[in-house]
Amino acid sequence: MDVRSQISMVFHLDKCIGCHTCSIACKNIWTDRKGAEYMWWNNVETKPGTGYPTKWEDQDIYKGGWEKKNGSIDLRGTGKKKGLLNIFHNPNLPVIDDYYEPFTYKYLDLIESPAMDDQPTARPVSLITGKPIDIKMGPNWDDDLSGTPDYARKDPNLQKLSPAEQEAMFQLERMAFFYLPRICNHCLNPACVASCPSGAIYKRGEDGIVLINQQVCRAWRMCVTACPYKKSYYNWHSGKSEKCILCYPRLEAGYAPACMHSCVGRIRYLGVILYDASQIENAASSDTGNLVDSQLNMLLDPFDPSVIEAAKKNGVADSTIKAAQYSPTYKFVKEWGLALPLHAEFRTLPMLFYVPPLLPVMASLSEQNTSQGEKMDPIAKFWNDNWLYNTSTEELWGTIDQARFPLKYMANLFAAGDEEKVKTVLKKLMAVRIHRRNVTVGDLSPEKVEVAMREAGMDAETADAIYKLTSLAKFDDRFVIPPAHREQAIEMLEFTGDTRGSTGFGFKEKPVRGL
Amino acid sequence: MDNFFNALNNFFLIGLPYMALLVFVIGSVWRYTSTKFKFSSLSSQFLEGRQLFWGSVPFHIGILFLFFGHLTAFLIPKAVLLWNGHPARLIVLEVTAFVFAIAVLIGIVNLLYRRITNARISVVTTKMDYAIISLLLIQVVSGLWVAYNFRWGSSWFSSVLTPYLRSIFALQPDVTAVSALPWVVKFHIVGAFFIVLLIPFSRLVHFLVVPLNYIWRPYQQVVWYWDRKNVRKAWTPWSLQRPKNN
Repeated sequence: MDVRSQISMVFHLDKCIGCHTCSIACKNIWTDRKGAEYMWWNNVETKPGTGYPTKWEDQDIYKGGWEKKNGSIDLRGTGKKKGLLNIFHNPNLPVIDDYYEPFTYKYLDLIESPAMDDQPTARPVSLITGKPIDIKMGPNWDDDLSGTPDYARKDPNLQKLSPAEQEAMFQLERMAFFYLPRICNHCLNPACVASCPSGAIYKRGEDGIVLINQQVCRAWRMCVTACPYKKSYYNWHSGKSEKCILCYPRLEAGYAPACMHSCVGRIRYLGVILYDASQIENAASSDTGNLVDSQLNMLLDPFDPSVIEAAKKNGVADSTIKAAQYSPTYKFVKEWGLALPLHAEFRTLPMLFYVPPLLPVMASLSEQNTSQGEKMDPIAKFWNDNWLYNTSTEELWGTIDQARFPLKYMANLFAAGDEEKVKTVLKKLMAVRIHRRNVTVGDLSPEKVEVAMREAGMDAETADAIYKLTSLAKFDDRFVIPPAHREQAIEMLEFTGDTRGSTGFGFKEKPVRGL
Repeated sequence: MDNFFNALNNFFLIGLPYMALLVFVIGSVWRYTSTKFKFSSLSSQFLEGRQLFWGSVPFHIGILFLFFGHLTAFLIPKAVLLWNGHPARLIVLEVTAFVFAIAVLIGIVNLLYRRITNARISVVTTKMDYAIISLLLIQVVSGLWVAYNFRWGSSWFSSVLTPYLRSIFALQPDVTAVSALPWVVKFHIVGAFFIVLLIPFSRLVHFLVVPLNYIWRPYQQVVWYWDRKNVRKAWTPWSLQRPKNN
């Protein structure tokens, strides 16, 4: 057992309101620079939709991630052979138009324009060339555009759905969407690290954050292709690749990453998970059906004495082990089994987990034969028309089977196609609701509640704990950040008094583009 | 007049080579150690990919062949002469080299055209990029000229230029044989050293960091700030547990 610690994340999609505050917080801190204007280390996508960059999930186009061949895995579009052979021209590299051409407006024209018959306008200009452009795409171009032919219907996750199922998803009455916030997954088997010819990308041993050393990056640009989530970006100005750094300077100081700190829906959780690094290769190369399970099996119980002993032997700090025991992510992912990795089939073992959304897909709308003179359902809202908008939980799991999204779609996103897994999670989420409704409103029959809890494998105590961490969690419950002890690491290297008042961390030379 | 030409020969065939090599070595070491952030191939494929294919690929494949061809004639001239002993083999070698030189020419012209005409690419093009591309263009044209007009260069390179280059590296420069060569050949030599001179000041530095290490390194890389095996041993002194990077 090779125990390592990993800072992992859980995003609770039921709580995401799609406000993009996370994206803005990140942009303001990290990517508001020349060459990085188009980068969104954190972005929020509308699903179903094509996402950013367009259709990033379609690996037939982008050739990212790992693929299994003859029992072992190799990088799909890069790797030692393909990467070095394609080093002069990478055929699978997305170009800036796959994201969008960054632009601004000539606002000054509004003020400096001479008096004319017509109103002056602020023309859009490219932030690359500075010349006027016709804007074809921008950040969140498909925001909230569910059902549209250009975006929602081109979602790569729909490919495995039958045409009838797809059609059903886009009927006006059944239309729904949810938000998918994405940052770097800080994978356990990162394809970007494996693809980097110059070895500039590495995973930090202590907390598992994946970083690009800007001084070693030589713009061979393989990581951009290799990352199946397209979370490694090429800075066209500096000639270096960049990616989400999980705000490690903030983490080391005990602050939550900016995107998580600023999240108004409080959907984000961050905590340490101990895992068995000796299982990485096996887990990443297991059959598609077992990928999620084998990844979850790697995650270790931080209370198990043998795990603690092995962790200590491996140099995991006591403070980190303690943080792992209080970790909210461990609870969501392992203890409660509520959170699933995004696109496990890319085989990178992502350590950002999602609680699948329940609300937008659960309510159903049906046409009644007669105008509703009375409530058709005791707890249904009354509408003065033929439609019944039904959010009731009377039928227990009935609404899950008839969800507005086919479960297949959710399974393609979160469970490598395994519908049962998503169903189990949704049942648990439903059971928590039923239980809490029984506690707070008390209008459900006790038998029904008991059946629901039993079928979801849930007891009242767990349901209350889930409810608490979901709805009432305070800052310190959501973010359990292990002390980084970097102060000691630096002190081992040099006497800190020498540099006091002279240099900070980071660059000692100005980061300007090479000749 | 003879003195003047002697001085010219000495300057361009002795002075310039030494200056170029010195600047190349010292400059590259300086740039690698002190301005690492600027050490990059500065790929522009992200802004434009299709035209790049027809420039970058023929150029790089061609220039690699020609570089190693020149290097072979420099390192093992006797083997090259032996190979050229049979006319058929000589022609095969010369024609192959000529084809690769044409590939370089096509590539470099495409690259230059792309840099000039594509608005996005012009933004990320420096004066040094234009200088390097122009020099390489001149170099490949003069090389083709020499190969076409002064036939069987692979043979006379091995017998005339290899001794000259070796005399340079042996610190006993001897230009008697070279100074008698046609001016185009000398121009080609001077151009080569001029490019060497500019390597540390241009994007050409990327050929010094060809990622061959990738072939044998393991795919995944984990960096520890702590020596994690020793960190908990009571008997290891703090001062010996140095972080591995930084």
